[in-house]
Amino acid sequence: MAINWFKYSAPSTFYGLAGKIAPWCAGISAVLFAAGLYIGLVVAPTDATQGESYRIFFIHVPTAILSMFLYLVMAGYAAIGLIFNTRLSAMMATALAPTGALFTFIALWTGALWGKPTWGTWWVWDARLTSELILLFLYIGFMALHSSIDDPRRADRAAALLAIVGSVNVPIIYYSVRWWNSLHQGPTFEVGRVAVYDDTMRQAFLLMLFACWLYAAAVVLWRVRSIILERERSTQWVAELKEIRA
Amino acid sequence: MSEFFDMGGRGLYVWGSYGVVLLVFIIEIWQVRHKRKMILQQLRSMRELGDEE
Repeated sequence: MAINWFKYSAPSTFYGLAGKIAPWCAGISAVLFAAGLYIGLVVAPTDATQGESYRIFFIHVPTAILSMFLYLVMAGYAAIGLIFNTRLSAMMATALAPTGALFTFIALWTGALWGKPTWGTWWVWDARLTSELILLFLYIGFMALHSSIDDPRRADRAAALLAIVGSVNVPIIYYSVRWWNSLHQGPTFEVGRVAVYDDTMRQAFLLMLFACWLYAAAVVLWRVRSIILERERSTQWVAELKEIRA
Repeated sequence: MSEFFDMGGRGLYVWGSYGVVLLVFIIEIWQVRHKRKMILQQLRSMRELGDEE
């Protein structure tokens, strides 16, 4: 298949492409959320040791996985932007940061609400929780640094460096429950393995994971469209868009 | 039904989790839509100013 991928690295083509893909991501995400929530909250059996509070798992683990995954995608785009000086990659990195930060916040919040009935405490300063909190600060640092520099191209480069250096934190989060003793339970999800033994629990988990992933894709694509318009506002193709002529 | 909302006495934790997720998603979707509305408005007024010249 001869797809010219470079064509889609131009903001003008990607703007249209993102506008076509985003509604599909949002629609499929909504269906997966409905199914995942139904199976996770209604069908899946009560956990033998944790009772009903284990149901927080179905939102906690997917959002925690995505908080790390989105960071790596963001740092990847930032690195490509830094190396090849491509405009769109830097815009994608900027669009990913707020969603990544929100997923990190959700992972911490749901973790606290799961920790209280399970461990008897909202928070402990152990490796897993602390490194996830640092991830939130890295996202916030990325956004703050980017918005504090007026020249967008310089802002892209400075924030990209921060994102790349900060990506060392992601393997620390991932392996923290193995490297250090922790209140936090061992890994539920590793690449290629899901450590859940009940079928309905596994289904609910995977549905919620893909629902969250497609939700993130939809909002990031929607956000990047606005960023593209903002940063390309003086170009001819933006002036000729039908949504602006209308 | 009330049993479902009670979650074996852990309703506060379970619904406190899912409720905040819903709230965060609503705020984020609103913010993304708002940003698009603002930039389109700005571009339209830029265009109108350009047409008058």
